[in-house]
Amino acid sequence: MTAPGAGQPRPALAAPVLPAFVGRPTAGPREAASWTPRQVIANNLRSVVGRAYPRIRGLTREPSWVLFEMLLPFLTTSSFVFVYRALDAPQAYIGFVVLGGAMTAFWLNVVWMMAAQLYWEKDQGNLELYFAAPMNVMSVLFGMAVGGLVMSSTRAAVVLLVATVVYGVTFSVSQWGLLIAVFILTLAALYGFGMMLASLFLMWGREAWHMTQLMIEPVYFVSGLNFPVGRLGLLGAVAIALIPLAVGLDAMRQLAFASTGVTGTPEPWIETLILVAMTVIFVGLARILLHSMEERARREGRLTVRWR
Amino acid sequence: MSGSIQAPAIDVRGITRVYKARPKDVIALAGIDLEVAPGEFFGLLGPNGAGKTTLIKILTTLLLPSAGTARIFGFDVARETKQIRRIMNMVAGGEQSGYGILEAREQLWMFSQFYGLGVREGWRRVDELIDAVGLGEQRNQRVSTLSTGQRQKMNFARGLLNDPWVFFLDEPTLGLDVSAARAVRELMVGWRAAVPGRTVLLTTHYMAEADELCERIAIVDRGRILAIGSPAELKRRVQRESIFRLELDRLTGGPASLARLPGVLSAVAATPVRADANSAARPTVAINLVLHQDSALAGVVAALDGLDAHIVALAKSEPSLEDVFVELVGRGFDDEGDPEQPPRRAVEPHEAGQPEPEEANR
Repeated sequence: MTAPGAGQPRPALAAPVLPAFVGRPTAGPREAASWTPRQVIANNLRSVVGRAYPRIRGLTREPSWVLFEMLLPFLTTSSFVFVYRALDAPQAYIGFVVLGGAMTAFWLNVVWMMAAQLYWEKDQGNLELYFAAPMNVMSVLFGMAVGGLVMSSTRAAVVLLVATVVYGVTFSVSQWGLLIAVFILTLAALYGFGMMLASLFLMWGREAWHMTQLMIEPVYFVSGLNFPVGRLGLLGAVAIALIPLAVGLDAMRQLAFASTGVTGTPEPWIETLILVAMTVIFVGLARILLHSMEERARREGRLTVRWR
Repeated sequence: MSGSIQAPAIDVRGITRVYKARPKDVIALAGIDLEVAPGEFFGLLGPNGAGKTTLIKILTTLLLPSAGTARIFGFDVARETKQIRRIMNMVAGGEQSGYGILEAREQLWMFSQFYGLGVREGWRRVDELIDAVGLGEQRNQRVSTLSTGQRQKMNFARGLLNDPWVFFLDEPTLGLDVSAARAVRELMVGWRAAVPGRTVLLTTHYMAEADELCERIAIVDRGRILAIGSPAELKRRVQRESIFRLELDRLTGGPASLARLPGVLSAVAATPVRADANSAARPTVAINLVLHQDSALAGVVAALDGLDAHIVALAKSEPSLEDVFVELVGRGFDDEGDPEQPPRRAVEPHEAGQPEPEEANR
């Protein structure tokens, strides 16, 4: 078989020694392979920024996301607002729905752009480049999370602001500091959960994808995105113990609408502790799973999809 | 870490790799021994399914061998992955890595961050490499709009971001047109020549590409190395007769008149080199001459006077790497063959895995 252009009458291949090809001189390969702890940390932090970059850059490149990520979710939230208005529900319920609508952005982002992302990266050929690079692949997951947070926060903020203004939601915040802490912890636990799912995708690929798809609506329901989770009784309690979206949303509702006195769920400070525990557990599990899944994938040949 | 500064760039001992599959397991590598010296441009030549990519995946730490060991500059591919990943890089043909939404420059910068370059250093290096690979005009073009050739140049630039000491190239010119393939080959040669010690492992099923670029080649088929040597050494293995291409202004009596001469095994008419349609050059008579040995040529040349023929051109023909492959495997490169059939010529320990040309030439 003939390579394109090879073997035909031709001048000898030119070998220009360009400055770019000289690169960063090191004494030898062994010196180049020996990194200080500082270099390792810097590489990992830069990798977070590097992986977050395409997501953040993408916000300005394809404005169509404004329609899909903001307008459509706003319509969904609005439909619940009108249902509650038609039923003459307390005004606080409108606030609950608006807050739930805002938090939907983060959950969808976690499912589609965190959990499923490694599956797509594998399909695209990026996954093996990530693993073949010197950084810790957890940095890639963190980068995906940071990029996703920026995207989702924009969407959530717009839904929250527009819906608040349009539907006249009144907040009665009792503890601003705790509310902000709960919001941050909710995101940390949610994205930690997404990182853990992403690790599982390394092994179960398509099956994990289907599993995650199956999780979307049930999680919406048990998290009480459009109603107070306390109304679910025992099921709600289980959700609070296991699903970061459920516990975070409930704590934020209690703190943002303190005067409504909706009860039936743990106090916000208890839910804050649950979120802290979830964050530690999910991120820790993600790290362990990613490492063990990488080893298993290397052993079983799942980082690559073909052989020649 | 083990090994010394003189450690081979690539050292593979008894590597096997079996993929679990139904109805039966696939043996991708069946006991590979290989040693590549620092600074060498080494080629793995074999058809699809030979095991070339599997070997590259193992050497780039993406796949564990089922048995055997492999080291890159003394670092074990199974255990010392971080060290290896700091000094190697890889580019595959048809690679679609990255994100189409980014510009070429941005995509390269993103990858520079994964390889440990600082933020500013990354941009500087990206700009250098973009110019070096000839993508200056496309630097701000979205990746999704680059042509196949441009994309492969960008991939090549990505592979050089961390100044690797070992560069794995897996069919890098696959699907490229003539000029793009040539540009990529020139980049490979230019990059390696810039710093002594840089090592390239190229897999290809393009024989001429391997012949043109590689100092040594391992011919691989069905997970085994059948032979290792320089292209010239490999070709000499199959050259048992001397073959010349003779072009004469005329030949009374035709090729048969030469076939009768002492030491001539055969003389067969060949297609003359076509003259340009507008050229005034006279037509010639081309003959493929197979001699028992080179010395018989003198008798042929002496006999031409008597046949009223004058030499227009004379060239010695060398066998191609394809001839070597056919000799070793018993089938052509593009023939599927019977996977159950062993290679025509069994692997012998002295042929595979020996780095010294003298040994490889046995």
